[in-house]
Amino acid sequence: MSAQQIVFLVTAGVTVISAALVVTVRNLIHAGLWLVMTLAAVAAIYVQLEADFLAVVQVILYIGAIAILIIFSVMLTRRVMADTGPQRIPQWPLAAVVALVVFGGLAYLLVQVPWPLAPDVDVSDTVLALGEAFVDPDRFVIPFEVATILLLVALVGSISLALPERESD
Amino acid sequence: MVPLSWYLVLAALLFSIGIYGVLARANAIGILMALELMLNAVILNLVAFWRYRGPTQVSGQMFAIIVFAVAAAEAAVGLALIISIYRRRGTVVAEEVSLLKW
Repeated sequence: MSAQQIVFLVTAGVTVISAALVVTVRNLIHAGLWLVMTLAAVAAIYVQLEADFLAVVQVILYIGAIAILIIFSVMLTRRVMADTGPQRIPQWPLAAVVALVVFGGLAYLLVQVPWPLAPDVDVSDTVLALGEAFVDPDRFVIPFEVATILLLVALVGSISLALPERESD
Repeated sequence: MVPLSWYLVLAALLFSIGIYGVLARANAIGILMALELMLNAVILNLVAFWRYRGPTQVSGQMFAIIVFAVAAAEAAVGLALIISIYRRRGTVVAEEVSLLKW
């Protein structure tokens, strides 16, 4: 077993264990912190896949924005978080069965298919290629603009949803 | 080098953990956290396929970046909805928000 494989197995183990804790721990603040751990481990896996830009985006966007947003929301709904009620529904064994079946099916299918692999090449300079592809009218400028509009709509929508109701309404 | 199937199995495992969380969590914010796990599994799959099947093209990473943007929009709108529900009904338990349930 090569060093690369050992590093992968360690990061994969951290990812899976912290992901399992995200969905099982009772305290939602702790679940949010384990989510940060999971996202960081996934960023480490992106580094191993030599997707350096995506690893940085994962840290900035997922850990820096989404996970913090989630932890903020947990704190804003604090009374419920402190509840002593059950944190999982009574039918949770059924959910576990569904998850196991999905995992079995996916893993069987994905391992079984003989994926044709591309020859291994050096991919050290992806950031430049990505930046050029984003502003090239023949390639990805339309998806880029669509993503910006989507983000703007989500921004306006979430502000108008979260605003308190006005007196006149 | 690490075989492609290892990454795929890891992504499948992460996705299934997310499915368990979405189905079994009582708290709506917990459900959103599990949803983020599922989105991460999908992005991990995309990046693994990009690295092993088309490392000379940027489309694989581009796809992953668009999914990142959609995930950010989803988290913002989802959490705004939960905050709004909490303000009106005083609960974030998904079971208790069943007005539209037939």
